[in-house]
Amino acid sequence: MSKTLRTYEEINEKIAKGQVVVVTAEEVIDLVREKGIERVAREVDVVTTGTFGIMCSSGAFLNIGHTKPRMKIHEAYLNGVMAYAGLAAVDLYIGATQPAKDDPLNKVHPGEFRYGGGHVIEDLVAGRDVLLEAYAYGTDCYPRKKLVTWINIRDLNEAYLFNPRNAYQNYNVAVNPSDKTLYTYLGVLLPRMGNAGYSSAGQLSPLLNDPFYRVIGIGTRIFLGGGIGYVVWQGTQHNPSVARNERGIPKGGAGTLAVIGDLKGMSPKWIQGVSIRGYGCSLALGLGVPIPILDEETLYYCSVSDEEILAPVVDYSHAYPHGTGEVLGYVSYAELRSGIIKIQGKEVPTAPMSSYSKAREVALTLKQWIQEGKFTLTKPVAPLPGVESGVRFKNLVERPVETSVLVGR
Amino acid sequence: MNGNGKKIVLRFPQEVADRPIVCELALRFGLQFNILRASISPHREGIMVMEVIGSREKQEEGLAFLASRGVLVEPLSQDIRMIEERCYHCGACVGLCPTGALFMERPSFLVRYDPGKCIACELCVLGCPARAMEALI
Ligand code: SF4
Ligand code: SF4
Repeated sequence: MSKTLRTYEEINEKIAKGQVVVVTAEEVIDLVREKGIERVAREVDVVTTGTFGIMCSSGAFLNIGHTKPRMKIHEAYLNGVMAYAGLAAVDLYIGATQPAKDDPLNKVHPGEFRYGGGHVIEDLVAGRDVLLEAYAYGTDCYPRKKLVTWINIRDLNEAYLFNPRNAYQNYNVAVNPSDKTLYTYLGVLLPRMGNAGYSSAGQLSPLLNDPFYRVIGIGTRIFLGGGIGYVVWQGTQHNPSVARNERGIPKGGAGTLAVIGDLKGMSPKWIQGVSIRGYGCSLALGLGVPIPILDEETLYYCSVSDEEILAPVVDYSHAYPHGTGEVLGYVSYAELRSGIIKIQGKEVPTAPMSSYSKAREVALTLKQWIQEGKFTLTKPVAPLPGVESGVRFKNLVERPVETSVLVGR
Repeated sequence: MNGNGKKIVLRFPQEVADRPIVCELALRFGLQFNILRASISPHREGIMVMEVIGSREKQEEGLAFLASRGVLVEPLSQDIRMIEERCYHCGACVGLCPTGALFMERPSFLVRYDPGKCIACELCVLGCPARAMEALI
């Protein structure tokens, strides 16, 4: 452990006085190269990170308010997209990847998935009216059985994003060595390795700047969808035990964050429904985390650059769908960002699914908020499970089900 | 691709859609052509995207002839449009575009579209998750 240079309280005091020094995770790289860790650690209080990309495992809780007569909603649709109603009476959860109920899906492959949960969330954030259709079986205390109405975010009691898994710490690079085009969540993959899909902000990405979760934890206040949010838990599939390089950077998908934030404070500029051809609907989202430079070690980790972050290249025609774990090789984000990578001697154009320019804008916006005193830092109330936790992502082990159990199902 | 090839979109109103006009480009003007896409139904408007290869004069004469027969001739680039408000500059389309019509500007990392280089293959329309690339055909 290196010597503590400043505390959260001291940083927040400087924010209040307008004296805080903030740089982005991109700006800090050259700064450290120029001046060295020791000096920059003394000068810089906060480094801001950012990412903007498609984040599956996102969704929003909505409370629509009670109807007269009362209704305990059993089944609900928002602009034709099913929302989960099995919570209480008028609480709904709209998941980002839920397609519209009349979507032809992949019946004509590759399906278009024009509208889904992510688009509903975008429409809500943009302040557009959304059609709610709801059904119930009726009870003595909740007699109403049917409801059709327009709703608008301004009238909802609560509307908050609650994303079980965002901000993946590193991820695969997808290629397709087969002879036919593949339609995946990492984009359209052209045959014979015609392109390579990837999705990470690399040197700007939150968890790649704090690889061992030393400062990002439960309770960390963040930029989420253009508004304010919080880290509430480790994300689902959080996998700190992935092999790491000498800088602590995982060699594949590792840590993740579960985040929450008020949808009412968000902006459609930072939260947008997406349609991934042949795959499904989802949500593209901007997320940024401030990193307090508590000591030199914190700064060392967030001075990581794209050259030092490697991602595994995976065959999405075979190794990924069949879960073989096979890796074709590793490439750096600097190579990916250049537009061309070399795989097995072949030059392959890269096709990013996440936006570097928007990731940069998230980090710059967060920097500005902190400088202007609009955003202060919070100290985590509990850490995320780290390498020492032994937490490991498991695959499902299927168990045979006896015929007697299956009868009548 | 041939240096003197010109990519055009032909629209055939109902009255001319069922007449063999396009082959006249070869017969009368000695032009070669590659049909890139076509959808013509006998009773509705038809659309054809083609590359016309030949000298500039012959191209102009050929296209003027088509126009005189009621065919609407437009340069191809009008048909794939980028809806800028929806584009979030990921670059998924850049890795798909075969001609460099879509490219990543550096160091801004903003994605730009040069309609002049577009051959309307529609790969970007397939690959854009934001549905920011639109085919107007
Ligand atoms: S794929 Fe779509 S959103 Fe991404 S850069 Fe291209 S046009 Fe923009
Ligand atoms: S239609 Fe094809 S050539 Fe035109 S911009 Fe899109 S990918 Fe490029």
